[in-house]
This record gives sequence, structure tokens and C-alpha cells, in this order.
Amino acid sequence: MAKVIYEKPKGITDAITHYCPGCTHGIIHGLVAESLEELGVLGESIGVAPVGCAVLAYNYFNCDMQEAAHGRAPAVATGIKRVLPDRTVFTYQGDGDLAAIGTAEIVHAAARGENITVIFVNNAIYGMTGGQMAPTTLLGQVTTTTPYGRKPEANGFPIRICEMLSTLEGAAYVARVSVHDINNIRKAKKAIKEAFQTQIDRKGFSIVEVLSTCPTNWGLTPAEAIKWLKNNMIPHYPLATFKSPWGVK
Amino acid sequence: MARILMKGNEALGEAAIKAGAKFYFGYPITPQNEVSAYMAERLPEVGGVFLQAESEVSAINMVYGAGGAGARVLITSSSPGISLMQEGISYIAGAEIPAVIVNVMRGGPGLGGIQPGQADYFQATRGGGHGDYFMVVLAPESIQEMVDIMQEAFDIADQYRNPVMILADGMMGQMMEAVDLDNVEKSDRNLPPKTWATTGMAHHQGKNIINSLELDPAKLEKHNLDLKKKYDEMAKNEVKYEMYKCDDADIIAVAYGTTARIVKNTIDMASREGIKMGLIRPISLWPFPQEPFDRTADRAKAYISVEMSMGQMVEDVRLAVNGRKPVHFYGRTGGMIPEPKDILAEIKNILGGVK
Amino acid sequence: MAARGNVIFDNERCKGCELCTTVCPVGIIEMSSRLNSRGYHFSQVKEGMMEKCIACGFCGMTCPDFVIKVERL
Repeated sequence: MAKVIYEKPKGITDAITHYCPGCTHGIIHGLVAESLEELGVLGESIGVAPVGCAVLAYNYFNCDMQEAAHGRAPAVATGIKRVLPDRTVFTYQGDGDLAAIGTAEIVHAAARGENITVIFVNNAIYGMTGGQMAPTTLLGQVTTTTPYGRKPEANGFPIRICEMLSTLEGAAYVARVSVHDINNIRKAKKAIKEAFQTQIDRKGFSIVEVLSTCPTNWGLTPAEAIKWLKNNMIPHYPLATFKSPWGVK
Repeated sequence: MARILMKGNEALGEAAIKAGAKFYFGYPITPQNEVSAYMAERLPEVGGVFLQAESEVSAINMVYGAGGAGARVLITSSSPGISLMQEGISYIAGAEIPAVIVNVMRGGPGLGGIQPGQADYFQATRGGGHGDYFMVVLAPESIQEMVDIMQEAFDIADQYRNPVMILADGMMGQMMEAVDLDNVEKSDRNLPPKTWATTGMAHHQGKNIINSLELDPAKLEKHNLDLKKKYDEMAKNEVKYEMYKCDDADIIAVAYGTTARIVKNTIDMASREGIKMGLIRPISLWPFPQEPFDRTADRAKAYISVEMSMGQMVEDVRLAVNGRKPVHFYGRTGGMIPEPKDILAEIKNILGGVK
Repeated sequence: MAARGNVIFDNERCKGCELCTTVCPVGIIEMSSRLNSRGYHFSQVKEGMMEKCIACGFCGMTCPDFVIKVERL
């Protein structure tokens, strides 16, 4: 009998997603779903979708979901977790949602050591609204609101969220990963599982920042976008585990 | 436990606990700070959770999550804080989440003051956030009534899966009155189980989603039509008011909350001077009571809305009177409290003009 | 004996992003000239090349739309 090596995770619904061709949101969705399944908590999970490209994520994760106002997912998740402390609660947010309008919510959820897991998808741009500058847009990067390239004197500097949050004692697990190749997809899966395990073990706040592509708004093919991420984003956003209950190499 | 002397803000917190609310999210703002302090002390004693958020914006979204997970949730703030919550309240209405929100009003606009006010009437009754939605808005005139109304508020919220707002003011929050917290009558509404709550798919049938997004305009319109049916039900069933000495009144004041008590004193003063004055006291500000105006419009010579604002409820009074009789307004604002002698002078002025 | 695999494509889900073609270690995945009902060229194993599949699962792991199921025979 053939052994299944890979198939659509049970934690993903049958819906065809609205994401653009080659957008790596889909890969990240799969890693989250697989992690919840393998940890045996899918039926105990409640996810909170953001506003942004992942706004329809509540149609794609096969668990109870809530749709939050822009930037407020960590607060919504806090409300859920405080009512249901034994459930697995996660947010799935983009860089506009988390690092711009929702900065206070993410900082304070981390500072509180809120026992939730945050999946933070960083693609250095606002995707859903058509390619505006995000807090994580790189210097020199052209977007619809930085048509001449992002300049520090006008638009400041891109924010490294993991480094910022890892200064907070309440943050128990902080890691930045990427999905631009198979090796890194495997590492991302490992980090996401460790983040959920941190929550299950009640050790405090966990976040995984996942570098992701935006072929449409970067104006690149999916394969070119993967290369662009590797050559441009990783130098500014180093991949690392910043904090972990199991120690950091 | 007999009647005890209790501060309004604290009685408000205890009333919510009596109503089964075990979760409270808040943020410091005068004049309602005592609610948080009280809940921070009391909720752990009843196995509940008190959480002070980083802002009212965050706090109302915690209410969204907690209410969406099936809990009875209380949140309180004061005018500027309630303004910060408007987006969240619109989402709570759109996603049909039960919650009780108390606005201990203060003088505005802007940072305003910290003394009592009633200038948030429009914001509360017209839906301060975006989109077509309404909330049952209840306005107690005493701390005991606030305690009783709190029980009803949570039942209304659960029955209709809708936020309910209680409008108090700085006076009610800060003053102390005798309160009986024991035999608080529970309503006998049969409330459906919260099968819609996001508690995890292992804990109920199917998949639950708490959401207010609908990109398909036809479906969003259908959602609004369904909400409208709900609001019509609320408008039909949830009207509450008091009529005080209206039977033979020549002039009828319309006032709510602590202002109504000041008007009752004025009525006693007036009667000593042979002036027949009555009071219509809306307890539900939304749905605004139409009936008391229909019952008095033939007899009364004029109405006067008395508010701690520049005149907001007066518009609902005009709508209710519908041109049958003149409608006047008297108000103090900024934290100034209307005084009986000034209200009476206004009454005399109006009646002097009306033969 | 090297592992042998079988790759199954749910063509309707494919959006023609071609990422699977870039990760196959034995280079047996190509885009079809045919279109699915949503107008995308869908991915497929080249004619007669299924036997070269080593069941690594990379194509499935990298597909953002869960088009691909990989089995080891």
C-alpha cells in the first residue's frame, strides 16, 4: 500500500484560497495546520485572522476562528485565552496588521507573557490593499507609497519585530524563519511547532516571524520573488531563534 | 445581606458579578476608575479574570474575543475611552457578540473634564461606530436601579447576541447610596445556549466563526436585513420608562439618569407654587419610548428636555412629540449640574408664554 | 532499492505559479499546455517520467495551494 509522503493537511479546509499564484502564505498556512494536527490540538484550537491578505484565513483553517479588527488580533486572542485557558489560541497576522496599526497590541501581549502563539508573516509590503509601504519595507524598496524607494529621512527604518520583542521577559519563544526553500520550510515547521508547544506548556508568549513573498506587489514571478526574499530580506531580517524555553544555540 | 452603602462604580462591578459576568477588561479613566480596582480585587475571588489592557482600543477587542468565546463580559469606561472603542463596538455588533458596555459619562468634547455629563447621548443611541447598527441603551437614575438594570443588560445582550450599553454619569459613578445586592431579581428570559461560541471544534458541532466581514454585497445586505429584524424586535420588546406626575401636568420635562432626580425635586418645588409639572423618564434611551408622549401630547401644553448637554435627547423628544406641542430644551454641560431653581425659572418662562 | 514515488495533482486547485517545477530534485515536473477551469496552466509530471520520482515530497511541501499529493510506492 502506498505510503503518503505529503498531502493537504487535515487542518486546512477544501477551500481554494484567494492568495495570488506563488504567494507563500499558502505554505505557511499548511505548516500551522500540520503543527496543530501533529500536536493533537486541532480540535482545541481557536485562530484569530487579521485584516490584510490573510483576512479570509478563517475559511482556510479547519478549526474555530475569529476575525479581528485590523491590528487587534493579539487582543482578541487574549480575550479568548483568558476565557478558555486550556485551549490553543493563535493569531495569524501580516506586517501591516502586526507591525503598524497593531504594534501596541503585540508589544503588550508579549509583555504580559500572554499564553498565545503569534504567526507573523513578513512580506515587507501591504498586499491586500495593493502594495503600499509597510513598517518592514526595506530601505530603497519601491512600493506604491515609496515610488522613489523607501528613504530613511522620509519613511524611517524597517522594524525588526523579533529583536524588539525578545527584550520582553514575557516573550518565551521568539524565532524568525523563512519558507523560500525546502530546508527553510522544514526549519519553519520546527519553529512553529516549538511555538505551539511553548503555549501548550504554558511557558508564555510565543511568536514566529515568517519571511514570505509577495510576487504581485513586488512585481516579480513567484520564483523571482523567492530569490528576492533570499537576497534582500534575509540580510536585514536574520533567521534565528532569539528566545526559547529549550535554550538558544 | 441588608442594604449597604456603596459607591456607584463599585456597585456596578458587583452587579455584573451577580449577573454572572466573570470577565472584565478595562483601562484607567476618571471618573470610573473604581470599577477596575473593585473588579481587580473581586473577580479572582469568584474564579473570574480581571485584565487591564494597554488601551481602550485593545480592551474592547478583548471583549470581542471573550464574548465570542461565549463568556459574559463587562467593560466600562468614560466618554473619551468609549470613543476609542467605537470601531470595536461596531465589530461586536456586526459579529453579533453579547457584551455589556458601561459609559460613566464626563464632560466633553475632547479631553473635556472629569465631572458628570450626558453629552454622549447621540454616540450611544445612534451607534457611534460605522455601519447600520443599534444597541439597547439603558440609563439608570440610581445606584439600585443600575444594579437591577445590569442583570437585565446581560440577559438582553445574550438574548439578542448584541452589545448593550448602560449610560451612567460621573455623579452616579462617584456617589454612594444604599444598595440591596442580595435579592436582585433575575429575569425569566429563556436564553438560548451559546452553540455559536468559538470553544474549539472538539467541543461542539461543526466549525464556529466569529466574523463581521462579508465581501459579497448581496450577502452583506442580507446580513443587515437580518440585523434589522433583530433591532426591530429589540425596539418592540425592550422599551422602559417611568412617568412621574404626568396625569394633570401642564408642562412635562423629559430627563434621564441623575438629571431626572433633579427634575423630580423641581416638580415638588413647582407644585408648591401651584405649577403642575410632570416628568417622562426614559430608562431605555434606545429604543426611545414613544408611548408616554402619545398618552400626554393632548393634555400637556409643552415639553422640555433637561439634559447635562447642549441638547441631544431633545431631538428624540421632538420626533416623539412630532409637532403636536412645542418642545423646549434646558441644559448645563461641561460638568455643571442643572439646579432645580434654574429649571423652574425656565418652566415659568415657558408657561408664562403659553396661555 | 531507491524509493519510487507517485505524484497526484488536483489540477483545479493549481494557479500556475510553477514553484513545484523549481524544487523537484529530478526535474520531472513541468507546466501543462492545457488550462484548468480557472484559466491556469496546471503542473504535471512529464510524460513517462513518473518512474523517476523519488518520493521526496518537495513539490507537495512547496505548493502554496495544496495541489500535490505524493506517495511512496
